[in-house]
Amino acid sequence: MPSELSLTIDAVWRMESAQLIAALARVVRDVGFAEEVAQEALVAALAQWPTEGVPDNPGAWLTAVGKRRAIDIMRRNRRRAEKHRLLANDGIEEPPELNDRYDVGDDLLRLIFVACHPVLSKEARVALSLRLLGGLTTQEIARAFLVPEPTIAQRIVRAKRSLSKSRVPFEVPRGEERARRLPSVLEVIYLIFNEGYAATKGENWVCPQLCEEAMRLGRILSHLAPEESEVHGLVALMELQASRFAARTGVDGEPVLLLDQNRAQWDYVLIRQGLEALAKAERLGKPGPYTLQAAIAACHSRAPTSEQTDWVRIAALYAALTQLTPSPVVELNRAVAMSMAFGPQAGLEVADPLTRDPALRRYHLLPAVRGHLLEKLGRHHEACAEFERAAMLTQNRRERELMRKRAGAIPPNNLCGPK
Amino acid sequence: MRFFVMMIPDVYKRPVPADFAPPADAVEKMGRFNEELVKAGVLLAGEGLHPPEKAARVSFDESGKPTVTDGPFAETKEAIGGYWIWQVKSREEAIEWARRCPAGSGDVLEIRQVFEPEDFGPDVARQERELKEKIGKNK
Repeated sequence: MPSELSLTIDAVWRMESAQLIAALARVVRDVGFAEEVAQEALVAALAQWPTEGVPDNPGAWLTAVGKRRAIDIMRRNRRRAEKHRLLANDGIEEPPELNDRYDVGDDLLRLIFVACHPVLSKEARVALSLRLLGGLTTQEIARAFLVPEPTIAQRIVRAKRSLSKSRVPFEVPRGEERARRLPSVLEVIYLIFNEGYAATKGENWVCPQLCEEAMRLGRILSHLAPEESEVHGLVALMELQASRFAARTGVDGEPVLLLDQNRAQWDYVLIRQGLEALAKAERLGKPGPYTLQAAIAACHSRAPTSEQTDWVRIAALYAALTQLTPSPVVELNRAVAMSMAFGPQAGLEVADPLTRDPALRRYHLLPAVRGHLLEKLGRHHEACAEFERAAMLTQNRRERELMRKRAGAIPPNNLCGPK
Repeated sequence: MRFFVMMIPDVYKRPVPADFAPPADAVEKMGRFNEELVKAGVLLAGEGLHPPEKAARVSFDESGKPTVTDGPFAETKEAIGGYWIWQVKSREEAIEWARRCPAGSGDVLEIRQVFEPEDFGPDVARQERELKEKIGKNK
């Protein structure tokens, strides 16, 4: 087969597979089975399109073939009575219109909630979402997470089996149930994003493919559930963070901290998108944790220079975030914001109690922040020790170098004492 | 990867009145297409452009001296009528989207990939970053 056509089929698959699986799952009521049937439709396309050409409406073609296939299999496998019930309900005689978007949207939203169902482990939800919603192959997912392909394949098979076994209904949860399950969906998307954003143990700081995938899923979700403020909040957060990709690493691949970044390298297309999504989230009601984090990111995005950052607002937003989701890491960020708004002493007053928090005992950013504040207060000796400690704790080689450099940059008359 | 997609409409091949605006039904159809792009998480930006009659060109000679010319431009056969920026996974995906555009007879869509640092390989990516940093500093 000409490789150009196989690339086209890849592209069509990526564009149509989630909707196809979703539509089939509505018919067969089993996500795993729906995915297998969708794969069979893809195989049929790979066999037919090279000779007959890509159909005008490839999505409708795939759906029609998939539905026919599903019915065939069910006819073989299921009891007669059940078969009749299913046949009566789905109307395979008329292949569905691709532009029947309302229904397709509903199907897709169901699929998202099922793929991110809390009966599944986090890893399973992530893998299944990338496979079912992102149209990624097992190989692509494995490569992105740097794990062997059979591991991911296994994970997906098990996830599909758990969904069948737990009889997870193929439906969009409503009311309280929805409020309970939406965070699970958002968590999966943000996990995918973060996996791409910071390879904490690796040598590289950015792996944009997963980030792009997460942002795409977030945008899709924001149109399927436009009334959910936190969905827009998450989209805004991801886009604003991703807008700084190019600026995050220096000439030699070393990390560049937010305030030292060259703002000319920020991606203003993403910033615009992110600020729009944030405005939507804020219009929809009381901001949740994703919206608050996006609002904080937006304070940076809006500042033409780092000196013009609205730190007072950032400190207030962190305080609101601490109220909502108490966390020592958020508190540490608040310490930084407080120091920027009101001076290093104000920051240190928030940061110091955190040294007693067992959760942060081995967290490299705590000594990094304290080192920075102590240095500003002229307490060089203590600062140096903190930078050394941060260098010892970090998993990232680049960051370790940065911390060592800062420890070394303390003025010579304030050299570190023996440790 | 990102694509800059130009719409080169048939209507801009000939002079149009200064108050030209595309017909309502074409706008509506394009609106629905844009909606599809948004729902798929593909659309990053997109806008329609006023006709070339209202355009201006700033061109430079060897000494770098700018000359301003007002539109329309006699020698132009193709003028851009609008653009999108799409985030897609492959060139083929961009083409697939373009094929679904409800364009009119004689309209052309041109798809151009946006350069990203990875496109240059490590060495050039580094040089580019250095250059960008310089540009940033000179601002």
